[in-house]
Amino acid sequence: MFKDRACIVGIGETGYCRKPGSGMSEEVLQLKASVAALDDAGLHGREIDGILAFPNLGKSEAFAASLGSENLRFAATIHMGGASPVASLRMAAMAVHSGVANHVLIPGGWNGYSGARVRETVTTDKNSIPGGAIAWDYYMPQGLTVPPQWYGLMCRRHMYEYGTTHQQMGAVAVAMRKHAQLNPGALMCGKPLTLEQYMASPMLADPYRINDCCLETDGGTAFIVTTVERARDLGKTPVYIMGAASGQPYPADEFTTRKDFHQTGLTIAAPEAFQMAGITADDVDFAQIYDCFTFEVIQQLEEAGFCKRGEGGGFVENGGIEIGGRLPVNTSGGLLSEAHSLGLGHIVEAVKQLRGDAGERQIDNAEIGVVTGWGDFGDGSIAILRK
Amino acid sequence: MSEYSKPLPGLEGLTKDFYGFCKQESLHFQQCSQCGVFRHVPRETCAECNSFEWEWTKSSGRGTIFSWVVINRALHPAFYDPSPDAVPMAPIVVEMEEGVRLVSNMVDCPPDQLEMGMPVSVVFEAVTDEVTLPRFRRV
Repeated sequence: MFKDRACIVGIGETGYCRKPGSGMSEEVLQLKASVAALDDAGLHGREIDGILAFPNLGKSEAFAASLGSENLRFAATIHMGGASPVASLRMAAMAVHSGVANHVLIPGGWNGYSGARVRETVTTDKNSIPGGAIAWDYYMPQGLTVPPQWYGLMCRRHMYEYGTTHQQMGAVAVAMRKHAQLNPGALMCGKPLTLEQYMASPMLADPYRINDCCLETDGGTAFIVTTVERARDLGKTPVYIMGAASGQPYPADEFTTRKDFHQTGLTIAAPEAFQMAGITADDVDFAQIYDCFTFEVIQQLEEAGFCKRGEGGGFVENGGIEIGGRLPVNTSGGLLSEAHSLGLGHIVEAVKQLRGDAGERQIDNAEIGVVTGWGDFGDGSIAILRK
Repeated sequence: MSEYSKPLPGLEGLTKDFYGFCKQESLHFQQCSQCGVFRHVPRETCAECNSFEWEWTKSSGRGTIFSWVVINRALHPAFYDPSPDAVPMAPIVVEMEEGVRLVSNMVDCPPDQLEMGMPVSVVFEAVTDEVTLPRFRRV
């Protein structure tokens, strides 16, 4: 496989905002983040020969034309929603290891606040996600129109079967918010949240309160993957991809009929990634878990193997996922309290931690980190990174 | 019929057939002719045995509540206040006797009275001249 055969060498961000919006097109946001990632890596756009664009947010051809990538020979889009960036990281590692590309750019960016909201795109375009036509025909006529409502059905079943509580979901929201206080770039920096405030926040799609839901924000994020040999020539501390995998729940395009209702793509992907890396969950110093909603953090911690299924609620309580706890999760504040950077921000934050560049929120002796992605009806991806 | 602004299913292919039965106030699921397994949502082949042979089989219409979500704040304009049946509403997942699950709504049960495993039975609501949706009532 490709264990330790590829590195992340460049990261770039535009910064994130809500009101009054970025004032830029989604293409410009992604180009700015891409140029920042190139600068960070010490590369020029003409050296990029692979681009993996985020679904529905841009074309590799257009990015290549603007960045001067004259030798584009590897271009693809992985249709896994929020799981796409980590799945793209894995595909980029496969590509540079096999030699089909040397420098792969993964851009992402959107006006998730000032532009079309997810609630609009999923209800106006039945092709916005792979299961969109099924949602259109069988969920939406019954009033089930948007992700927190879909995932709320999963969450309630988990609460029923395993006793997962609102307080445990609140512990996730509170931990992300605490971390955001240490991140000047987080949109919720300066806006702390207590468990009492969480419990008092209004229900949106019971079992989800407003504070169980991620932010909707504008911004662009990008990163670059290259070979180990090339990474050593470049200036920055290389971040090695020890293991990576992606997976689909079954069936992926319709979630209510799953025999194993709690299965996600991570259920399949995580064992593969850990086996490739040759480590166990106990060896991990921090995790960046795709936190579209609080319960999805609990569920992914379980399916990734950090605890058994049904024990995720207890795992996140009492500061378990806060910096200083047994497994610091989403040290930047995550989608819940930093910004909705489509999952690319989780990768960028892991790189900052492994480089030792995470400022006030730096985890001591951070050597190995896990990043996950979650998308659509539970698609999953995971990467295990080291310095 | 008065103007109905909520999302409607596309009436094409197997989905047209599914809702066609609903219009006749009858709930049907695909059943594999080879191995007998039921499936929903409609698919071209049986995932168990990959057979292309199947038939529409009438459901008993009975099932139990498997999960639900209470929508306190609609995120789709057609469900915003002050529509006639505004929030809260509670889409449910029903586990049918045939083993399949489907998304629906109760017609006679407020959200705070829903319970896991509650027995329910299908009823039908004609929401437009073309579309009838399956709903459920308490048994």
